[in-house]
Amino acid sequence: MSAPFRLADPARARALAEAIRLLAPPEPVKIVHVCGTHEVAIAHNGLRRLLPETVTILEGPGCPVCVTPASDIDAAVAIAKSGAVVCSFGDMMRVPGGRISLEQARSEGCDIRTVLSAKDAVKEARETKKEVVFFAVGFETTAPMTAAIVLDDPPDNLSVLASHKLIPPAMAALLELPDHGIAGYLAPGHVSTIIGTGPYRRWLDRYDIPVVIGGFEPLDILYALALILRQIADSAPKVENAYPRAVDAPGNPAALKLIEEVFEVRDAAWRGIGTIPSSGLELRAAFAGIDARRRFNLPEAGPDPEIPGCRCPDVLTARAVPSDCPLFAKRCTPLTPVGPCMVGAEGACSIWFRYGERINP
Amino acid sequence: MCLAAPARVISVEGKIAHVDYGGVRTTARLDTLSEPVEPGDYILIHTGFAIQRLSPEDGRETLALFDELTASLEPHRPEDEGDPPERPSGVG
Repeated sequence: MSAPFRLADPARARALAEAIRLLAPPEPVKIVHVCGTHEVAIAHNGLRRLLPETVTILEGPGCPVCVTPASDIDAAVAIAKSGAVVCSFGDMMRVPGGRISLEQARSEGCDIRTVLSAKDAVKEARETKKEVVFFAVGFETTAPMTAAIVLDDPPDNLSVLASHKLIPPAMAALLELPDHGIAGYLAPGHVSTIIGTGPYRRWLDRYDIPVVIGGFEPLDILYALALILRQIADSAPKVENAYPRAVDAPGNPAALKLIEEVFEVRDAAWRGIGTIPSSGLELRAAFAGIDARRRFNLPEAGPDPEIPGCRCPDVLTARAVPSDCPLFAKRCTPLTPVGPCMVGAEGACSIWFRYGERINP
Repeated sequence: MCLAAPARVISVEGKIAHVDYGGVRTTARLDTLSEPVEPGDYILIHTGFAIQRLSPEDGRETLALFDELTASLEPHRPEDEGDPPERPSGVG
């Protein structure tokens, strides 16, 4: 972290924690965020221990690899088995598909490579004659990069297996669940850098719920939580930007234009949640030539496997925290993951395991 | 996955910036950015692409926002409110 942007001084943290204590209502308040990076910052900095007992903060569907349906992993495995190179972000490798994970496919001889950026997949394609497929997962923050490589004269042997998802429709979907109990949303800072504030209004205004965009420094998160509690205290729910140094209300026009040019919005399946209307991106017909779903024979999409005892579906919908799951840190650990939330580096279970996070009832 | 970190721009060649993450040097694509950047600017980078230009002044303004909130919630002083309660009384 570059020095001018490190916002972590203890005196201000104490002042913000006191503000939170003053603003918190006597009754329990459940606040949900939808970003693995927020969960890492909360757990790493011990922020839950600064909150009053009545205020809880949970991760919902904030881990892109955790919400990628098994059928998309099966598609990537089928592509790899056909002899093509599959390029994937590293935390996707061990997430179980309907039958096996990408890592298991690799152990069976498939050529599956880890990349840190969409542009690395282009590089891999330029260095081989084989077909190369970029397995494109991620939210609005990551979709513009996939769009950028699609528009940047990609090599003929490169195609894209698009599995990008949109966050505001998922935030709305959680509020449709019975007994969701969500009193406010901490909205993801870097998704918001791209989309701005408009989509939250479009998707969430009708629910009258506080939505505060927060950054990722410890002070950013405490400040955003204080603003959520202030909205609750004032009974004045709205979309508020607590991360103005990185989020402009209109978002990032260049990135939005890339998404708009390359993708169209469609319904999408989210693991643990089900199909959410208008929550996914697929390549427009003009880019059919680079669409791996058209270039390869893919298996029929099946349902996600049911994992007995695993509470990932409840964790992904913010109806449970990892330590509520009977398998957590017992049968299910990062070395022996049972559900997707223990695999993805941004999955709530994986983060809670790593930082020893617990909520004791 | 939505991890992004600020880096300082060292030089710009077309749509590629050479950047410094506090000692680690790498490159970032600029075609996901709406505004031009110059050496010395800070940019927020996600998976090898710049997504926002940052200014150190904005960092300082953020601190001022935090301070404004916490100052607005300081418990009322006795001379303003008569006898102070034993504990601050909840919502400010």
